[in-house]
Amino acid sequence: MLDSHRQNLPLAPGVGYKPQHFADIMDDPGPVRWLEVHAENYMGAGGRPLAQLRALAERFAISVHGVGLSIGGEGPLDAAHLERLKALCAWLHPASFSEHLAWSTHDGAFLNDLLPLPYTQATLGRVCDHIDQVQEVLGRQMLLENPSTYLGFAEATLEEVAFLTAVARRTGCGLLLDVNNVFVSAVNQGFDPATYLRQFPLELVGEIHLGGHAGDEGDHGMPLLIDTHGTQVADPVWDLFAQTVAQDGARPTLIEWDNDVPDWPVLRAEAGRAALVLATAGAQVMA
Amino acid sequence: MSQSVFAHAVLTPEAPVPPGLVDPLGRPAPRRFDVYRNNVAVSLVAALEEGFPVVRQLVGEAFFAAMALVFLRAHPPQGPVLSGYGAAFPTFLEQFPPVAHLGYLPDMARLELLLRDSYHAADAVPVAADALAALPVAALLASRTLLAPSLRLLPSRWPVQAIWCAHHDGSADAPMQAGDVVVLRAEFDPRPHLLPAGGLAVIKGLQAGLTLEAALDAAPGTDLAGVLTLLLGARAIVEVRR
Repeated sequence: MLDSHRQNLPLAPGVGYKPQHFADIMDDPGPVRWLEVHAENYMGAGGRPLAQLRALAERFAISVHGVGLSIGGEGPLDAAHLERLKALCAWLHPASFSEHLAWSTHDGAFLNDLLPLPYTQATLGRVCDHIDQVQEVLGRQMLLENPSTYLGFAEATLEEVAFLTAVARRTGCGLLLDVNNVFVSAVNQGFDPATYLRQFPLELVGEIHLGGHAGDEGDHGMPLLIDTHGTQVADPVWDLFAQTVAQDGARPTLIEWDNDVPDWPVLRAEAGRAALVLATAGAQVMA
Repeated sequence: MSQSVFAHAVLTPEAPVPPGLVDPLGRPAPRRFDVYRNNVAVSLVAALEEGFPVVRQLVGEAFFAAMALVFLRAHPPQGPVLSGYGAAFPTFLEQFPPVAHLGYLPDMARLELLLRDSYHAADAVPVAADALAALPVAALLASRTLLAPSLRLLPSRWPVQAIWCAHHDGSADAPMQAGDVVVLRAEFDPRPHLLPAGGLAVIKGLQAGLTLEAALDAAPGTDLAGVLTLLLGARAIVEVRR
């Protein structure tokens, strides 16, 4: 029996949890109502990580976000890792479990990055098989996140939105919409992010991510954005988020800040800005 | 394009960029591929920097980063739980000529692996600090002790415990005494402690379920009181069975 699409994360801002913020979050969470943790950091047997997570889970809804399952991998899923995820979810009962449309492991080597996939029928079949397996082992629905990408595949035959929609329809998984990833990929791949978001099946979205990116230069003098999660959310991403929310897209919304992590008040302020956008959408719905 | 070609190229800077990877106009995109190469290298170097902070201090930041690149290309992680990454690092250091003159470095890497392992180990409730004092000596020697699951042992002939303390705490007070090390986690933060001669054998005996007396027989002359005081003080004795 799978959970409902929207699951149980509150319709409010969350933040990616960093251990250095533990005391501050417990003391003054501001508008933050839920936290997201990277599953792979909580797979030990005990110690401070699990003790902090236990304390946080008593006050906040928790989203478990996997970064290492390699759902798009050509090889079989790592069964031992899937069992670790199952054990973590059984212990924590998180409000949500999500992973990425990407691959990171090949032939036993874990490359620690979310590597891109060619959107073809063959990839679609493989990703669906893996998501079926994840949802069966975990006994719950998962959310699949759209990636940030830096290049394209000559062999691709499907658009990303069509690919994600097909995966969700076939497997019953929900989607995690990362608006920053949409913007980064749009600049890098030369598509219009607003069109992408209008086509995106918002009714399947259980969670939204917002994060910061950095600018670089690609080949042939074309701009290239890098998904760094190392700065504040950029203004065009806030605009796209607001447009999405206005389009019946208000969802539990996460601020991700994984590198050059700031002091808590800075992160809390970003969450406050997300809260304002969500509240504005609520007011529009009420009006 | 297969993922094995992509994976090989992403870990091998001199390998050609795989064909079929393109920019929005369908042109080859080597700089875009380099983003993935850079992400993989930078994130894994960062994981090793986080995992081996004292080794890094000992060889210097720039040297460590360069050495970490050589290591990660030969030994990428074998799974996505990076808290265990670097198990092959001590052996790599033993065989890496540029650090051949730093004989203690492999043991320092072993110690940092054990500290990480201890950090994530299971919790346990310790016995009271006076649990042993209440026992008559004969009963004490006949008892078996259950030790904390976060305890780790490192046999060593180098002063790695003193070097670790000097770098971790920034003080050079500890005498540079060589010897075996026990890692103990009183609450959440494991620390290395120097063991007296024979202490490692005694603790191994206790872990194997021997009585204190039998464990001491395996290493006669060990400062048993010193070992027990150390274990009790760091809340590493979980149960005393009579």
